[in-house]
Amino acid sequence: MSNTSKIINLTLKIWRQENPASTGVFKNYPSGPISTDMSFLEMLDVVNEALTQQGEEPVAFDHDCREGICGACGTVINGQAHGHQQGTTLCQLHMRNFKDGDTIVIEPFRSRAFPLIKDLIVDRSALDTLVAEGGYVSVNTGGATEANAILIPQQTADQALDASECIGCGACVAACPNGSAMLFLSAKVSQLALLPQGQPERAKRALAMVRKMDELGFGNCGNERECEAACPKQISITNIARLNREYFKASLFSREK
Amino acid sequence: MLLDAKIPTGPLAEKWDKHRFDLKLVNPANKRKFDIIVVGSGLAGASASASLAEMGYNVKTFCIQDSPRRAHSIAAQGGINAAKNYQNDGDSIFRLFYDTIKGGDFRAREANVYRLAQVSNNIIDQCVAQGVPFAREYGGGLANRSFGGAQVSRTFYARGQTGQQLLLGAYGALMRQVKLGKVTMLPRQEMLDLVVEDGVARGIITRNLITGAIECHGAHAVVLATGGYGNAYFLSTNAMASNVTAAFRAYKRGAAMANPCFVQIHPTCIPVHGDYQSKLTLMSESLRNDGRVWVPIKPGDKRAPGDIPEAERDYYLEKKYPSFGNLVPRDVASRNAKEQCDAGKGVGDTGLAVYLDFADAIQRDSLATVQKKYGNLFHMYEKITAQNPTERPMMIYPAVHYAMGGLWVDYNLMSTIPGLFVLGEANFSDHGANRLGASALMQGLADGYFVIPATIGAYLAGHGSRNIDPTGQAFLATRKEAEGRISRLLTGGGKGAGKRTVDDFHRQLGLLLWEHCGMARNEKGLQEALQKIPAIREEFWHSAIVPGTGQSLNQSLERAGRVADFIDFAQVMVVDALQRKESCGCHLREESQTPENEALRDDSNYSHVAVWEYAGKDTLPTLHKEPLSFENVQPSQRSYK
Repeated sequence: MSNTSKIINLTLKIWRQENPASTGVFKNYPSGPISTDMSFLEMLDVVNEALTQQGEEPVAFDHDCREGICGACGTVINGQAHGHQQGTTLCQLHMRNFKDGDTIVIEPFRSRAFPLIKDLIVDRSALDTLVAEGGYVSVNTGGATEANAILIPQQTADQALDASECIGCGACVAACPNGSAMLFLSAKVSQLALLPQGQPERAKRALAMVRKMDELGFGNCGNERECEAACPKQISITNIARLNREYFKASLFSREK
Repeated sequence: MLLDAKIPTGPLAEKWDKHRFDLKLVNPANKRKFDIIVVGSGLAGASASASLAEMGYNVKTFCIQDSPRRAHSIAAQGGINAAKNYQNDGDSIFRLFYDTIKGGDFRAREANVYRLAQVSNNIIDQCVAQGVPFAREYGGGLANRSFGGAQVSRTFYARGQTGQQLLLGAYGALMRQVKLGKVTMLPRQEMLDLVVEDGVARGIITRNLITGAIECHGAHAVVLATGGYGNAYFLSTNAMASNVTAAFRAYKRGAAMANPCFVQIHPTCIPVHGDYQSKLTLMSESLRNDGRVWVPIKPGDKRAPGDIPEAERDYYLEKKYPSFGNLVPRDVASRNAKEQCDAGKGVGDTGLAVYLDFADAIQRDSLATVQKKYGNLFHMYEKITAQNPTERPMMIYPAVHYAMGGLWVDYNLMSTIPGLFVLGEANFSDHGANRLGASALMQGLADGYFVIPATIGAYLAGHGSRNIDPTGQAFLATRKEAEGRISRLLTGGGKGAGKRTVDDFHRQLGLLLWEHCGMARNEKGLQEALQKIPAIREEFWHSAIVPGTGQSLNQSLERAGRVADFIDFAQVMVVDALQRKESCGCHLREESQTPENEALRDDSNYSHVAVWEYAGKDTLPTLHKEPLSFENVQPSQRSYK
């Protein structure tokens, strides 16, 4: 549709692995003619349609909304989670960012806490388990007070929303040399630590979620900032600094264990 | 089939209170004896799961994604309506009720819509209590905006990602109950069928999408919150996995389907740019506040937009609808865009687009002002199309967006199968023939947080808590059918050359529906579609290629099952569209127009809900009618001239 639309041909090196128990390998596939207006996932669709036609099993990959908000998609493209374009989920990465003749290496998010399921699909349920540990305000339906009884300065609400924009894709974990979930965790802790609604459980939340993160096999933060660079929503690592403060404060001064 | 909507008697404003008092209750100590299955984890499913678990029920929640947080509610941009009247601009519960029922072109129940408006305020309170970071004023109070042509500012929002923030609130509440052991969360599980025993819903059959195992799950009630069926059209703004399977399986088991032909087509989406296109992306309709819609006057004019002088441009909406101009409702804007393109005046490579031009707004208000308002949308557009809308007019085209139709439910949100409840977009209940902007989120959460917790108890109290055996006869028989279907999908299709992929069939079906059962329909086109669907079905079951096996993760198989159901469901849609010989809400029936070529509703013949009952594999469904009566509002014809 754009007047700069072109057709390019690529070589894809894609990680194929039947199941967690089998051995995975990189397999080479010619992309066939690809319009530069396609999204990366549409390019994979085209490759998969061709594989299906040949009676071969298509490449399995997670995806759903294809508008950059559900957090389902994500693989490592040429060594970078979601590819090289900053602040972009894989579904919003377009083929005009690649050149004719390029070889593209496509592999799953690799991290101890994300066991592989098949091809490019990994199990990220550890992130849900982490949220279950305290990533919410414990309020039952029906008991809420009048909404405008809780006044929140505009700047605070904005900061909380900055943190809450996290889509839970797990790119931060995949990008981290230690496989840490600190950016993900700190985004949730920050959102609720900033807001008055989050205060009653503030100390408990920080302690419980950090403890759970360790249990689940995520590593610790080494201040490499790879997470921030890979994050499609550009969540800032100042959230990690806030989480550290929350954690220390809770460890030293609260009665929570 | 008896259709009892169970609308409470008494004055409109007191119906819901009265009804809640009249409903039987389950003793707090007895709630733990009841198991409830919830299918879907979007706003309706997650909020229902959390709320029911908080009350003490044992809940099992299923979703097809890897995490409940990924449900497509997450993609809603604009906002959520509520009748708080924080802006002191004359809003009220009655006004929200009136706008919603009028927006739906008088094809929804008064009582349901009034209840929706009533609980809208509780939703905002609940979400704020959960820590949803809504937009705020400097003083710290909640901010509102006017949305979708509403005359009052009643829309609450969180930047352009309101759906995401609301869903994360509901998801948090859900995960809290998972931690407390009251919800068992089963992600990557797809419902393949509903188990009905002794006339009541007893459970579901699912496929574990990782292992391929077919599982039986029993419960005392089943709640479907499985979203809409817009993907029947192949291209839509829905997520890739959004499908009709759960609802359609329930339909085949006896749950009636209501108004399936009511589908909303959103006017401002990024146009299709190639055959490989997998989905359409919506651009917020707030863009029409400042953008001017136009096409070249001369059909086939291929000049660049900047080279077309002012005198050779057709600002067709402003010309045709002088008082509303570019802000006409969604259906009118969509229909007119398609009309222009059909007349050969469409722009872009495909000729399936119209311009949305910001040049005048930039000249009037400065580039900086326009950027401040729409910067993030412009950025999103540029990322996808590589064109800058401040330099070259945006290109837009309508796309399928929301399904107003769905499974028929009574006032308690129970379907025609006792014990089967349907929430959110999956039911038909509140939006009539057209949904207003910022009302989908409101309905999903109203159903999940406030309606189902009140109504499900009355059903359970009346049906006892006897043990349900998921290895019983009804389960095994239903399971066997599901397994048979899977093996037919895997072996029925050819694996050799020259055969077609599942997506290929889906695309063919989508085009057929778009052409004949889209914004504008007529008898001839609908008949043609009805005739062509069986052939698509036939060929699909014979030659769709489905590689791989059933005993492992197999995305081709998942898609095949969904497309098979879309094909069958399409028939019900078309039959419904054929029957409704009036123009109404989102769609124009070409035979029913005013002398000025505007939509003409026919209240004397069609003021009813069309309710379809499954009548067997080779028979068209049976029509039942639920008459609509209006005691508190006077149906009027819409006019935007």
